[in-house]
Amino acid sequence: MLSAPQSPLLSVHNLSVGFGNRSVIRDLSFEVAARENLAIIGPNGAGKTVLLRALLNLVPYQGAIRWAQGVRLGYVPQSIAADRRLPLHVRDLLKAKADILKLPASSIGEAVRIVNLAPELLDTRVGVLSGGQFQKVLITFALLGNPNVLLVDEPTASLDELAQEHIYELLERLRLERGLTVLLVSHDLSVVYQFATKVLCLGSGTPCYGPPRDILTPQTLAAVYSAVPKFYHHVHDSGAHRD
Amino acid sequence: MLIVTSAGEVYGIILALLFAVAAGLVGSFALMKRMLLASDVISHVALPGIGLALLFGFNPLLGGAATLFLGTFLIWQLQKKTGLATEAMIGVVFAGSLAIGAALTPEEDLVEALFGRFQTLSLFAFLLGVAAVALIIFVILRYKQQLLLGLFSAELAAATSVRLNRLDLFFLLTFSLTVLVGLRFMGALLAGALVIIPATTGRRLTSDVTHFLMVSCGASVLATGLGFLVNRTLLPHASLGPIVVIISAVLFALSLLYRAS
Repeated sequence: MLSAPQSPLLSVHNLSVGFGNRSVIRDLSFEVAARENLAIIGPNGAGKTVLLRALLNLVPYQGAIRWAQGVRLGYVPQSIAADRRLPLHVRDLLKAKADILKLPASSIGEAVRIVNLAPELLDTRVGVLSGGQFQKVLITFALLGNPNVLLVDEPTASLDELAQEHIYELLERLRLERGLTVLLVSHDLSVVYQFATKVLCLGSGTPCYGPPRDILTPQTLAAVYSAVPKFYHHVHDSGAHRD
Repeated sequence: MLIVTSAGEVYGIILALLFAVAAGLVGSFALMKRMLLASDVISHVALPGIGLALLFGFNPLLGGAATLFLGTFLIWQLQKKTGLATEAMIGVVFAGSLAIGAALTPEEDLVEALFGRFQTLSLFAFLLGVAAVALIIFVILRYKQQLLLGLFSAELAAATSVRLNRLDLFFLLTFSLTVLVGLRFMGALLAGALVIIPATTGRRLTSDVTHFLMVSCGASVLATGLGFLVNRTLLPHASLGPIVVIISAVLFALSLLYRAS
């Protein structure tokens, strides 16, 4: 079992996920405490998205996934997984979830307010939103139903640096202000270093888990990625830099 | 000149117009699901059933229904098991249906089976048809939000407790029921066309999902109503199906003149 926080919010034990003959995740065990920001890192194909999908019970798996009582999950999928050509406005999308979950109409306004989504975006078609706006809409969607855990998959893929920073700051604000626990798949190790409280790495070797300062070292990253990605941090620094 | 002369004809035209509403609704979702071409082919699978019914002397609608729903279930299973797109599945399973149906159907009945004919209806057949249309409209409106969310992102829908497999089956069954209601007016070859063309017109003219559904239904009802009038007054010897489809296509062509703002 990888490092056990007290009274975990999530406990994963010997999790294995495979498709056909291909094993994607094998015997993975870890725990997450409430209000953590857990970053899940690893090379392409390491099973990061599959892990989120298993945690959401969207794919069959072996092993045990235990969420603490009272956990409500919100999910922000990769934006490329959404069809933005549909004749849908942001309001239609939010209303669809509110209707399905039988939430009161006021829940839409509340989620919009929490994310600081510009109200005029509600009447904008999803197809014409910028990447950053669309990501904020997905986060607003995830917050409907008042979740206390957010699972976020690559929220800043294809965003420029300013928009990336904005999204991560938003997630961090939600975590601090609303006591959310965030499980975040990210490729951006600098951001992981800045925002994550714990890091889970999936890759070719044994999975590793711990605070960013312990995990994001050249040695560990070399083992995870089979080659050191273009990233380093100064041991005496609180920040991180790209090469 | 009287356009309708009996209660049976009134029943027929009312049911045809109700079918048009159902076709517009179902077609809008079929367009968003990108299964419009599949929609066209799925109606063909009724033909072997109609052919068998005519050969053995039972109600062609029953035969059509049997093969249509059997086929629908088969598509759903194959789609689930192979993970291929519905479109590919329908193409694989049902391209041959038309040929088998054409071979089975007695030659003198083939044109009617393929292209439909306006028929007078008994009160029972009318009420059965109305119940089917009511069910189609109910299912689409009841599951509208689930369908929309599933179309936007299957992952998000599943994470919002939408059971996508069941939803797919409901949609396919609703689709087949729509085709079945339209079979007697439009024929096996063209019943799918009234699902396709008005929805395409609606999508062309709107950018909002509610307006899209309304315009699709409107275009479908207009084409069916005008088709009936033309059939009765100008072309009494032609089949109803092709006339309705031609008018639908003309409405679509007219929609091309509209430049979206």
